[in-house]
Amino acid sequence: MSASQWRKAMNAGAGRTAWPRTAPSTAPRASVAAPVAAAATDGARWLRWVGARVRARHVLVLAAVLIYPLFATPFFTFQVGAQSLALGLIALSLTFLAGYGGMVSLAQMTVAGIAGYMYAIFATSGTDISLKWPWWLAVLLALIVATVCGTLIGWFSVRTEGIYTIMITLAIGVAFFYLVQQNYSLFNGFQGFQSVKAPTVLGVEVRDPVLFYYLALFWALAGYFGVQYVLRAPFGVALQGIRDNPRRMAALGFDVTAHRVAAYAVAGLIAAVGGILMVWYNGLVSPGSVGTSWLINILVIAVLGGMRHPIGPFIGAVVFVLLQNFAVDLVDRERFNLLIGGVFLIIVLFSPDGILGWWAGGVARLRARSAQGRLGRRVEV
Amino acid sequence: MTSLTRQCLRMLAVATMVVAVAATADAQQVVKIGLLATLEGPFAAGGQDGMRGAELAVKERNGMVAGKKIEIIKASSDAKPDVAVNATRKLVEQDKVDIMVGPLSGSEGIAVKNYSKSQPSITFINGSSGAQATTLQDPSPNFFRFNTEGAQWMVGLGEYAFKDKGYKKMALIAEDYAFPYSQVQGFMTEYCKLGGHVTHKAWVPLGGKDYSSVIAKLPADVDALLVVLGGADAVNFLTQYEQAGGNKPMVGGSITVDQTVLNFKGKRRESLLGTPSAGPMADSYDGAEWKKFVADYKANFKDGFPSPSLFAYVYYINMKAALDGLDAVKGDLSGGQAKYREALKNLKLQTPTGVVTLDENRQAIGTTFVTEVAKAADGGFYNKVVKVVPNVNQRLGMSKADFDKVGLGSRDVPNCP
Repeated sequence: MSASQWRKAMNAGAGRTAWPRTAPSTAPRASVAAPVAAAATDGARWLRWVGARVRARHVLVLAAVLIYPLFATPFFTFQVGAQSLALGLIALSLTFLAGYGGMVSLAQMTVAGIAGYMYAIFATSGTDISLKWPWWLAVLLALIVATVCGTLIGWFSVRTEGIYTIMITLAIGVAFFYLVQQNYSLFNGFQGFQSVKAPTVLGVEVRDPVLFYYLALFWALAGYFGVQYVLRAPFGVALQGIRDNPRRMAALGFDVTAHRVAAYAVAGLIAAVGGILMVWYNGLVSPGSVGTSWLINILVIAVLGGMRHPIGPFIGAVVFVLLQNFAVDLVDRERFNLLIGGVFLIIVLFSPDGILGWWAGGVARLRARSAQGRLGRRVEV
Repeated sequence: MTSLTRQCLRMLAVATMVVAVAATADAQQVVKIGLLATLEGPFAAGGQDGMRGAELAVKERNGMVAGKKIEIIKASSDAKPDVAVNATRKLVEQDKVDIMVGPLSGSEGIAVKNYSKSQPSITFINGSSGAQATTLQDPSPNFFRFNTEGAQWMVGLGEYAFKDKGYKKMALIAEDYAFPYSQVQGFMTEYCKLGGHVTHKAWVPLGGKDYSSVIAKLPADVDALLVVLGGADAVNFLTQYEQAGGNKPMVGGSITVDQTVLNFKGKRRESLLGTPSAGPMADSYDGAEWKKFVADYKANFKDGFPSPSLFAYVYYINMKAALDGLDAVKGDLSGGQAKYREALKNLKLQTPTGVVTLDENRQAIGTTFVTEVAKAADGGFYNKVVKVVPNVNQRLGMSKADFDKVGLGSRDVPNCP
């Protein structure tokens, strides 16, 4: 049984609407479809493979995010665009764990925070604790430490299921918050690390709005395609099998615990990259960055966007960041949190699958209507 | 048809109105001021009162300075530095404010000061944040602070405790973060110089509940305790200290002897009488300017506190400074606001508690009040002003070289066991 068949079977088995795979035949194919007619070399086969998967909407979205900084103000590029991408990346790690592994971990922001803190400790900041090592070494060490911590958190919590996983990861997250708040020798306590320097490469500081946007975009795309790849690989397929029926997978000879811990390791790496981006974005890391509110915000972002596809957390992050920034302009200043909460409530109440659920529902309804129209009037749509 | 015409007419009317409003606004010229305080999180009530203080300063000028209309754009944070910077960036880069007033708490202040360096054409004025480092370490040329900070708020108290109260030896209980470090430095700098000794320091976590182990370790041979805890924590400590049989008198920090402590109902209530503390304002101060300020606050904000809080007062003076500076340059913000900043630097700001001037780091030199708990006619406790210390500067009266030798307050600085 091939990976895609597995996946289809799993989606059908779980009673989910499959993510729309067949676009209307009239939809314009990507421009890359042209060279497919060439000789069947490796390159051509690869191109055909890409052509078969790339839809107009993919090209549109990619083009839109690529040219976005040319039209947007620095504020929209940096605070809305880049922040959404970095937060989306952290939420993506949760979507991967929860949507495909069935494990809701509240400690993903903690893993990101560990990466941020490690970077601040190894690289340069306004505090004497920082070791002032070169940025690339700091990044490498931060990623390693955070991924190892993420794996350890997974190793602790995989023995639990459902609500108990949420409880234990929340406990770990809160414990880390109190550790960094009260430890002064390593984490600089309540103040945390201020003026953490983002690296300067070839004379340009990485925090420059446009440059940072493209950096965040690169890692967001890498995370997105990485997750897509892992999900189609045997490991990802087995993980989804474990999500749906761990006993059966164990009976088939899969090591359930090992797969789950490995999923935490992958999610840990993704969250760590997001954490480094966040510490560069903010230029600081403090206990507030890993507090309970942020642990929950990441869950909110993931749920808001929808956990049925890796694009969900990014959509959720855009909505979240826009609300955080502009809700205050729409309603009475003292009451703007009411609007944020209200929007979250409406989305979750009316679409258990988040914004992606609305999208899928809308597409299904449109298709049904167009099919009816075709039957009745024989009109191509 | 008629309905369509009517609709068109209505839209036309609205459009004309919008254009007209925009035109008048343009003709009047608007100065946009961003106002940032915490409307969520632990200081939400304080942040709201801070906004009241800032609004009061704008109302006093009827929303106009030098013929220009003042437009206030508010934003909120939750006392976290990253949130404060995001909110500030939105006000500056998206809403295009000319002047920024805020934020509320210490670590937010440091973060916003760091951000201000990337926006050299905007002037930043503090809200109520009181970290020493904001203006002492790596100050920003366009960040101004017209309020005194934690260390300055304790000046005069050390002398009062040593000379007037006769406490020669003290033990210290304080929360373990930057603000109490500053407060302790402000107290001990003076107290140690006079020959006093602080023989024992207990740093407790913020929001701690159990003080029994700390109380057990307190030495018996001290004259008094210096307690630098937030009001609610201080009551917790007092209750447990009383239960453990403690009987030393107390000296409080600037946010220690607040209403929760004054309403303390324990057996040692009477022993609170005479507890000294110090701060940048005092409810019972009888200066005419102060009384007018309190009356204005009460008249304008029916939903406010019975008396303006520290946050309302400090936001008020910082917003007042922003407007007085604008008035001094007749609303001229041209040339990257150079003239405006020059005016701010030389401002002799009239505040309800006296004149405030700035030092070379654009930090306030102002007045500190030493108070003592006293009994009012109705039997309630209040803080009576016993000493007014004018012209307190950020280096606590030391020269730059002397102060730099000591450095900023921390767990071990200063020290006189």
